[in-house]
Amino acid sequence: MIPELGAGALAVALALAVYGCVAAAVGGRTGRPALVESAQHAALGVFTLVTVCLGLLAYAFLTFDFSVRYVASNTNLGTPFYYRLTAVWGALEGSIVLWAWMLSIYTLIVVLRHRTGARDLYPWALAVMLGVLSFFLLVMTVPAPVFQRLSPIPADGRGLNPLLEDSGMITHPVALYLGFTGFTVPFAFAIAALVTGRMGDAWIATTRRWTITAWYFLSLGLLIGGWWSYHVLGWGGYWAWDPVENAAFMPWLTGTAFLHSVMIQERRRMLRLWNVALVVLTFALTLFGTFLTRSGVIASVHAFTQGSIGVFFLSFLGVVLLLALALLAWRWDTLGAQGELDSVVSRESAFLLNNVLLVAAAFTVFFGTVFPLLSEAVRGVKVSVGAPFFNQVNVPLFLGLVFLMGVGPLIAWRRASLENLKRNFLWPVAIGVVAAAVFWLAGVRSTLAVLTLALTLFTAATIAVDVVRATRARLRAGERFPGALGALLLRHNRRYGGFVVHLGILVVAIGVTGSQAWSVQTETTLKRGETANLAGYRVRFDGLAASEESNHFKVTGTFTVAEGRGAGAVLQPAKKFYPQEQSPIADVDYRLGFLEDLYMVLGDFARDGSQATVRMQVNRLVSWIWIGGAILTLGTLLALVPERRRAA
Amino acid sequence: MKPKFVVGIAVIAVALGYMIYAGVTQSAVYFVTPSELGSDAVAGKAYRLGGMVERGSVKWEPGNLSLTFALSDGKKTVPVRHKGAPPDLFGEGRGAVVEGSWNPEGYFRATHIMAKHSEEYKAPHDTSQSGVKELMRTLSGSGK
Repeated sequence: MIPELGAGALAVALALAVYGCVAAAVGGRTGRPALVESAQHAALGVFTLVTVCLGLLAYAFLTFDFSVRYVASNTNLGTPFYYRLTAVWGALEGSIVLWAWMLSIYTLIVVLRHRTGARDLYPWALAVMLGVLSFFLLVMTVPAPVFQRLSPIPADGRGLNPLLEDSGMITHPVALYLGFTGFTVPFAFAIAALVTGRMGDAWIATTRRWTITAWYFLSLGLLIGGWWSYHVLGWGGYWAWDPVENAAFMPWLTGTAFLHSVMIQERRRMLRLWNVALVVLTFALTLFGTFLTRSGVIASVHAFTQGSIGVFFLSFLGVVLLLALALLAWRWDTLGAQGELDSVVSRESAFLLNNVLLVAAAFTVFFGTVFPLLSEAVRGVKVSVGAPFFNQVNVPLFLGLVFLMGVGPLIAWRRASLENLKRNFLWPVAIGVVAAAVFWLAGVRSTLAVLTLALTLFTAATIAVDVVRATRARLRAGERFPGALGALLLRHNRRYGGFVVHLGILVVAIGVTGSQAWSVQTETTLKRGETANLAGYRVRFDGLAASEESNHFKVTGTFTVAEGRGAGAVLQPAKKFYPQEQSPIADVDYRLGFLEDLYMVLGDFARDGSQATVRMQVNRLVSWIWIGGAILTLGTLLALVPERRRAA
Repeated sequence: MKPKFVVGIAVIAVALGYMIYAGVTQSAVYFVTPSELGSDAVAGKAYRLGGMVERGSVKWEPGNLSLTFALSDGKKTVPVRHKGAPPDLFGEGRGAVVEGSWNPEGYFRATHIMAKHSEEYKAPHDTSQSGVKELMRTLSGSGK
């Protein structure tokens, strides 16, 4: 009964969404508020129905309803309670439900927030939101029916992918999808602006917080994905330039570009066309990512199910791009700039360059990801480019971005005088140069590491220069110290929120640089009682033990850090044997540290427990990546605080 | 837009184009099957070789971390050597993709054996199951 209810609810939701989309559009066109109001009710209805679907699906998982194919494929009687809940979005069909649910929430918030505000844009934005929602509901109904019955009903399910039995599975997809779906809102308002011809800055101002929110969740999703990769996949890294990762990274890059270029439009009335193009591109890339990972055209370590769903996404992507292009062509004459670029040495051009670099990075990631397809189509040879390609091409771009991160926020608008440059950058440049010298003298011989660290410190110094100067000004005005800093951050929360986010990115950059430059690893076979050495750690193998968990068997190795660094620590990397899997899954163990992590993966072992092959890694500064993520969170929250009216 | 900016962006575009070109030529990895590799293997070129691990060909010496096996596509067989423990999803009679290069001494030197994580599962495998049970007994019996 439950599956039929769910499928029925979905069908009604689809009908409602399509109706709401049309009603909102007609309402916007004819200016009849009754129609728009009706569309609002439809949006509320869609949200309620998708929520019901999600609830029914969760219920089916909790009650082990193996008559539902999706439930039977992704859970079994041994799956613990909480993983049965996350299994709801553990595979394709359910992840689309989650996606649609979030989109329906965003649609509802758009209704609540904007129905009285952006009069002209709102009906069209609502129409676009409901249109996109219709697409996802269509996907849920036709190519990926989540409530499909299974016959005969199996006694037990196949179980959840063991790699997904992790707390990261609660947060990672949720954050990532909140990011992906969040970009629908700026896209909807951009399309609304194009349709109504109101290409002024209203749509940008309306969607500013939406863009920051979506960007934040996408960043968080990427970072949690890295964390999941680091502590679950057992290869000791956090980023592999895998197509699935790239699929999420591309919209992040263009979204970041958009976040910056809107400031130019707000301030100087420039880049209108560019901003519309960027937001369309970002939205299109979220669809493209789903197409890429779900259609099976690109081999990935994730290797998702193949199916007709790819065709759906590709067609919808085509429709979105064609529609946007047609609208852009139609409104071409209203998209001209009102401002002009005055000088190469100005904040405008720093932001422009930032955008060029970010889009270039997105392009190289795109190019590298689809390269196997291109080469096969053009030359008939299957060639792929791996991590070296992405690193080689992107590292210079990212270094340039770190530099601009320091220059952009401080350099003068229009035309920077020599005086302005000296005032802002004398200290940071000096600090950067001194830092480079110190690192070099301290024995850092990787040019790349020296360059990155020096640039990072330069940029951090520009932030410090600004904060110190502004705080001093307040102190002179008679404020007391801690209060002056707090007031500064809160009064100009958008600017300083941005600075804190930049600091977070810098900390991530240091983590990435350090882990690439200074991590070491070794693989070795140890007999019981033997020790292995790596980077000052002496690790002794104490034996193996077997245990039975609720849904798998586990063979755990015990390794003790004998003497010297970290003495006494016990690491227990294991291998898990799931009945539904043909091969074991590594369960890594690690000691996280501020400067370095000790990380161990159990490889092969002798059946009598006398001997084990183990991979040991000392990964440096990896924790900084996660710390950077926390700083980024604080910065985003600060930027989102409602801006206070300035006390005149 | 002023010519200065146009020139600037053009310079960036050309530099980017060059970086991409250089990146592709330096890090291109060719996907081949054992028969494709067999006919014209070039030493030093990077390949990604995909095939089936031949039954009875896997030899793993934990002492010196040497893993050797043969990859086959039914027509041709390529001997592969790797330094390191067999990865989790590796096994005889199963597909494997290895990355590395051809050694003129007549074998493929794998630097990386790729694990395929699949979202959907195969039916429970009885033999591997009983293997695990036996392993459990041995390990519990041997104590800690």
